[in-house]
Amino acid sequence: MTRKLVYFLPLLVVAVLLGFFIVGLQRDPRELPSVLLDQPVPEFALPGLPGREPPLTEKADLQGEVVLLNFFGSWCAACLQEHPVLQRIQDEGLVPVHGIAFKDQPDDTLRWLKRHGDPYDRIGYDTTNRIAIEFGITGAPETFVIDKAGVIRHKQIGPITDRIWAETLRPLIEDLNEG
Amino acid sequence: MIPEIGHFALVLGLFVALVQSVVPLVGAQRGNLAMMEVARPASVALFLTIGVAFVALTHSFLVSDFSVSNVYMNSHTDKPLLYKITGVWGNHEGSLLLWILILAVFSLAVAVFGRNLPPMLRARALAVQAMITVGFLLFILFTSNPFERIDPAPLNGRGLNPLLQDPGLAFHPPMLYMGYVGFSMAFSFAIAALIEGRVDAAWARWVRPWTLLAWIFLTLGIALGSWWAYYELGWGGWWYWDPVENASFIPWLSGTALLHSAIVVEKRDTLKSWTILLAIITFSLSLLGTFLVRSGVLTSVHAFATDPTRGVFILLLLAVAVVGSLSLYAWRAPQLKGGGVFAPVSREGTLLLNNVLLSTAAATVLLGTLYPLFADALNLGKVSVGPPFFNAVFVPLMIPMIVVMALGPMLAWKRGDALGAAKRLWLALVAAAAVFAATYVVAGGAWTDVGAAFGMGLGAWLLVATGVEWAERVQLFRTSPANSLKRAVGLPRAAYGMSLAHAGTALLVMGIVGNTAWKAESIQVMAPGDVVEIGGHSYLFEGAETVDGPNYAASRGHFILRDEDGTALARLDPEKRQYTSPPQTTTEAAIHSDGITDYYAVIGDPSPDQGPGAYVTRFYHEPFVPLLWYGALLMGLGGVVSLTDRRHRVGAPTRARARGAAASAGGAVAPTGASARV
Repeated sequence: MTRKLVYFLPLLVVAVLLGFFIVGLQRDPRELPSVLLDQPVPEFALPGLPGREPPLTEKADLQGEVVLLNFFGSWCAACLQEHPVLQRIQDEGLVPVHGIAFKDQPDDTLRWLKRHGDPYDRIGYDTTNRIAIEFGITGAPETFVIDKAGVIRHKQIGPITDRIWAETLRPLIEDLNEG
Repeated sequence: MIPEIGHFALVLGLFVALVQSVVPLVGAQRGNLAMMEVARPASVALFLTIGVAFVALTHSFLVSDFSVSNVYMNSHTDKPLLYKITGVWGNHEGSLLLWILILAVFSLAVAVFGRNLPPMLRARALAVQAMITVGFLLFILFTSNPFERIDPAPLNGRGLNPLLQDPGLAFHPPMLYMGYVGFSMAFSFAIAALIEGRVDAAWARWVRPWTLLAWIFLTLGIALGSWWAYYELGWGGWWYWDPVENASFIPWLSGTALLHSAIVVEKRDTLKSWTILLAIITFSLSLLGTFLVRSGVLTSVHAFATDPTRGVFILLLLAVAVVGSLSLYAWRAPQLKGGGVFAPVSREGTLLLNNVLLSTAAATVLLGTLYPLFADALNLGKVSVGPPFFNAVFVPLMIPMIVVMALGPMLAWKRGDALGAAKRLWLALVAAAAVFAATYVVAGGAWTDVGAAFGMGLGAWLLVATGVEWAERVQLFRTSPANSLKRAVGLPRAAYGMSLAHAGTALLVMGIVGNTAWKAESIQVMAPGDVVEIGGHSYLFEGAETVDGPNYAASRGHFILRDEDGTALARLDPEKRQYTSPPQTTTEAAIHSDGITDYYAVIGDPSPDQGPGAYVTRFYHEPFVPLLWYGALLMGLGGVVSLTDRRHRVGAPTRARARGAAASAGGAVAPTGASARV
């Protein structure tokens, strides 16, 4: 009898494998959880862009209300693609959009904003790229949703599209605003 | 109009395939010959309908009919003709159509060349083959229609990914598919045999050529993909253990095992249920490969359009095929009676060991490939499994494999004389020791060189042992040269095939070991006139210029390669191309090969702040890489030579039967279908 059971072994192995595939299909392997998720925003001190007000200089600037914090640079093509979406979000007035420019020259950033429009509330200027590292930035653009207490609630890797805004970010921000 | 004809032909094909999968099966069950014979005209009709659909899609690409969504997404009027054609299968929908076409071609080949098969086995195998086709036709019609229209039609297409605009890659997918799909034949025969409840020597002889054909294509297809990655991606590597690479390599491992175990079934009428299981597993792994590549369950450097809906469909297909066949296996396989017994030290014994090692290797690579999926599903976090894991587990499995590979062919069937065989291999042992010592000294004699020197010695061992085995067969130097020549001519082609393939493996081993151990690279910024030395050779940078290609702009660097004495060996002109449609950069490495070592130069981005005309450059000193390609070609050639062996050829069934009867005198039952084969 046990000899006969051996012949069922391959079937058993496959059944287990199929189970994993079913679970695997419902997940996205590219979706990396941020280590900072549900953690308070790290402390930072930044200069603003020369001649542009208001600056984003420290953690306290982000606290007290739900905000979007967007990492960008004039060198980044995907940021330009995201640009009009950020402008629409700012115009909608649901949430202030703050920005941190990194790996960039202040003049280039200012020229870029003049040319393509400036959707930001406060802008910080990351001279040493240290802040980008502390936020665990892997590319640009990346955007954080930060709640009233200064805790990171969501991280968007890559450009925000109208769809991501409507389906993910806006509902989340509305929830956070109520809570 | 023509795309609609293609679409219609696919639907028609679905109905033909449905008929082919039901009627012959019922006929075989009832012993109704007329119903069984439906399989043959149906195979022809199926091939014609799929062929029409394929031609229709190719036509749409050739005339750049951008009202077809697939053409719009993957083609462009500026594209050279070759890549308009290869664009047909350079995308998900088209490659599926190619997959189905190849299924139909194999089905047709059995219908046409399988005249000497027992009608019942043929009917059942063709029915199973048609069932697979039904599955894939449903898949393409419901989730991936290549003939979908867009209205209004765009003015021009989005273009084929420039990385794919390359002759090496143009033929890589069709070769791989011939391999993957070829294993479907072994699968269909295995299922047919399970339904009949009988596996014998004759069955193995019918299955082997199809497996061999699939194996040849898969071997060459993998080699072609590796070659493409080597010269086109510009990172100087040829294998990365990426999930998509593994997806083709796992079926290759189990297919190689199947190839060898089928010999045991044919010659010794034993290992039957294991061979059947391998046939099922090998094709299942081919299906799994398709699933992994197209469903997006694993991340990979290969960007194939992934879509969860398609993933669910392939998973369903996979589940039906694998669960169905393995259930049948669990039910019927215990009734298969084993034939001849054999001692552990015997040709069968070594082939069995080969099977154990190859299957373990396949399972290990599969585990490593799927581990990120398991970990994610069990919430153990996101992980990736890379080359260190695969190298650490794969190499120890291959060492005993190579050692035994040299020994196996020297042993007799049933009971072999290990000591005698080892004695006859003294020459190989001496050669291995000599190569080991020489490599060790030349490499510098450091502690870390021992492993690499051992690997080179292992390759030499297999190479010389393969030569010795051939020399023994023709009794070289032991009889008159004329007599040896007569024996050499009379040796079966299958024997030559084995020798060639094993020698190819030896070269492959030496290439892999040597390149891994002594590869060198250097990355730097160079201004015109700068010289970089690597691997004893120097590269002089003369400067770079901007050139325009048909559908790209490129910066082209000029280098002069010199050897130790300062003699100029070659000019190297690598390019970095910026394609316009779609916008993407590619690296065109410049490679000079002297047959043993490749000298590999890549030009990167300009770096003007480091001086006028300065560029980022990369050089790779790639020793023994050409051996990889020679080895793979020899393996493929060995397969082809073996395929032309008399016993596989059509038109010589009577002789084959006589030889087969003699070979199977050790216990094989004469096949009942024998009369039908003559």
